Amino acid sequence: MKEIYLDHSATTYTDPEVLQEMLPYFTEVFGNASSQHKAGREALKAVDTARERIAKAIGCLPSEVYFTSGGSESDNWAIKGMAEMHKDKGNHIITTKIEHPAVIRTCKALEREGFEVTYLDVDNEGIISTKQLEEAITERTILISVMFANNEMGAIQPIAEIGAIAKKYKIAFHTDAVQAVGNVPIDVKAMNIDMLSMSGHKFYGPKGVGVLYKRNGLRIGKFMDGGEQERNMRAGTINTPAIVGMGKAIELAVENMQANNEHIAKLRDYFVSQVLEKIPNVYFNGPKDMSKRLANNANFSFEYVEGESILMRLDMQGIRVSSGSACSSGSLEPSYVMLSIGVPIEIAHGTIRFSFGKSNTMEQTQYVVDQLVSIIDNLREMSPLFKEIKGENIYV
Amino acid sequence: MYNDKVMEAFAHPKNVGFIEDADGVGKVGNASCGDIMEISLKIKDDVIVDAKFRTFGCAAAIATSSTATEMVKGMTVDEALKLTNKKVVEVLEGLPPQKIHCSVLAEEAIKKAIEDYRSRQSK
Repeated sequence: MKEIYLDHSATTYTDPEVLQEMLPYFTEVFGNASSQHKAGREALKAVDTARERIAKAIGCLPSEVYFTSGGSESDNWAIKGMAEMHKDKGNHIITTKIEHPAVIRTCKALEREGFEVTYLDVDNEGIISTKQLEEAITERTILISVMFANNEMGAIQPIAEIGAIAKKYKIAFHTDAVQAVGNVPIDVKAMNIDMLSMSGHKFYGPKGVGVLYKRNGLRIGKFMDGGEQERNMRAGTINTPAIVGMGKAIELAVENMQANNEHIAKLRDYFVSQVLEKIPNVYFNGPKDMSKRLANNANFSFEYVEGESILMRLDMQGIRVSSGSACSSGSLEPSYVMLSIGVPIEIAHGTIRFSFGKSNTMEQTQYVVDQLVSIIDNLREMSPLFKEIKGENIYV
Repeated sequence: MYNDKVMEAFAHPKNVGFIEDADGVGKVGNASCGDIMEISLKIKDDVIVDAKFRTFGCAAAIATSSTATEMVKGMTVDEALKLTNKKVVEVLEGLPPQKIHCSVLAEEAIKKAIEDYRSRQSK
């Protein structure tokens, strides 16, 4: 059976070139990068190279790159570290309603400790209003945290504008760029970003490694106590192979960004047009202006059918996608991101995210269209919400 | 997360549809919860001779609809009223804990269809 992976926003495979670069650091150059002897120094050299590659990719200094275990840790650290260090200055944080749980739940945790958090609304395409952002700022605001690009429907926020506002009011600006790095050009200095989270496995690097970029001069609390790794800010033995892989992966991603995006967007655009043409009663979620969304993302809500059923039927045909439907995660609530952009609750249950990658082909895309058309048709026949009478679709 | 039996029932559900001249119809759940189950029954001399379903819901909801309609065929209405979600789950050899509520819907839909049948009888 065909195997078609369309869930690249969940994770990507590790690029073989990346893996090759990592392998010696498991067996040959295995020294602890904090050790003073040659084995340690060689490992440290590789970590330094990776740090430089990451710095170059986002336009910061190597000394502003802190390795972490991934995106969630980076988000937690940036927000909690900021709150801890600056709580005497203010207790107000501004974020959005469509952040990843690593940001939203971190903010909720701080609310329980007495912080006040403003969760900005987004418009029906998932973009915040910078005017509302500016209006939300108070004298007690110490942090603005707005994701670079949304994980569910790919909406890209006006990051440079937000950065300019943050700078104007002298408030720290953090962005969760886990979905954006490697897919969208990023320049933290030009965009006035003070902190940025990224994760290696979203751009063909290994899992279990991430980065928090933190502007030099901005002070935040330590992530955890222990050794003096990462300039005494993030304890724990340096994960040399994963860091080497992440460095290689970001280099490749930035180098090939334009070519990859052109290829991926072509597949995605064809897919979107085919779905809208061949399947009635479907909502295309997120920005309609494709320049305002990630090239890899297509997100649809199919009326009268439930997301997990679609996901499982596609899975049986070898097609791997993701459902915004929380029925698969154990709660009865559909995705809060879909509700935030105004998708009606009963329709939000029928949401599927397709996220394309550099290895997908047009042939695969056509196969997915064909399978999807027949799966939706079949599930709708099974749905009590959908009744076809005399060739006309009448919905009750 | 689903076992092979559930996946089979979901992939090839039995009794999909609606009995136009049904003797009892039960519909439970609501779209905002992401689950609606509708079961229609054909009943002769208090014996269920046919059962069909239409379900808006997840794989577990569809699998339990299929299984429950299979189980009640041939039962008397009194027997069908004793059908619990637990028995449906047993036939499916288990469901993930967060999906048990789907099997409850099947039980409720059958009970409601039989109530509908009885209220029609008493008229």
